[in-house]
Amino acid sequence: MATTKLGFIVQRPPYKSENPKLAITHAIASQSVEVYLKDGDIVTADIAFIGDGVLNCIKDQKAMDHYSLSSTESHIKMGLLVDLNILVCKEDLEKFGLTENDIVIDAEEFGADLKVNVVPFDEINKMMEGMNHLLFF
Amino acid sequence: MGKLTIGCFSSLVGSMTLDFAIKLSAAAIEKGHKVDLWVSGNATMLSIEKQRAFKDYSALEKPLQELMAKGLNVTACEACAEARGYHKDNTMEGFKRHSMDWYLASAFDADRVLHIGGE
Repeated sequence: MATTKLGFIVQRPPYKSENPKLAITHAIASQSVEVYLKDGDIVTADIAFIGDGVLNCIKDQKAMDHYSLSSTESHIKMGLLVDLNILVCKEDLEKFGLTENDIVIDAEEFGADLKVNVVPFDEINKMMEGMNHLLFF
Repeated sequence: MGKLTIGCFSSLVGSMTLDFAIKLSAAAIEKGHKVDLWVSGNATMLSIEKQRAFKDYSALEKPLQELMAKGLNVTACEACAEARGYHKDNTMEGFKRHSMDWYLASAFDADRVLHIGGE
């Protein structure tokens, strides 16, 4: 039995490229990776939004209305639903004049137990140090 | 020898990133390492067969086929490919198509993961 920890670091803003969404969908794929692995082996995925990437977390996105696309907000909620650890850099939020009140924090409507954690960059650094591999999007 | 997993998300034409990923794969295989190459997003363009090679554009079908013959394991994100109209019937022979969990599974026992994001 072994565990490989992957850290998905999202630095790019939403809708300019598909990278943030691909980061989240790849992280969510950690839930089905066992089909390729031996019994007991798992891959875990943590996600951190830093820099411009924190803009992905703004709540009440209207991507469906304007682009007929699912929003990064909805992807983040799906991530919470499958119990991913999702971190948002507090300092980078503050740089944009944003607070916890401006971003998606939970997905209670889907029955998710976990919440998004707004944390200082130091904590994101600690998370990254604990990963086997980091993937920057 | 080790295992290298490379994830590349940049397009074949309009970026030199896939050229780099293929050259790196070749260097690693030459040294005896195992290489898994995952292409997602615009990089799924690499999977299309019968690419016409012009001198002004990256054309990687030939070196890619040579690398696959030497053991390169290359897989495209099926959803990303389908979203772009790249279907199974115009996918290069030997180029696999799977869902995103394949990439994570490859990373599971990789000695190094080199993730190259998209444009």
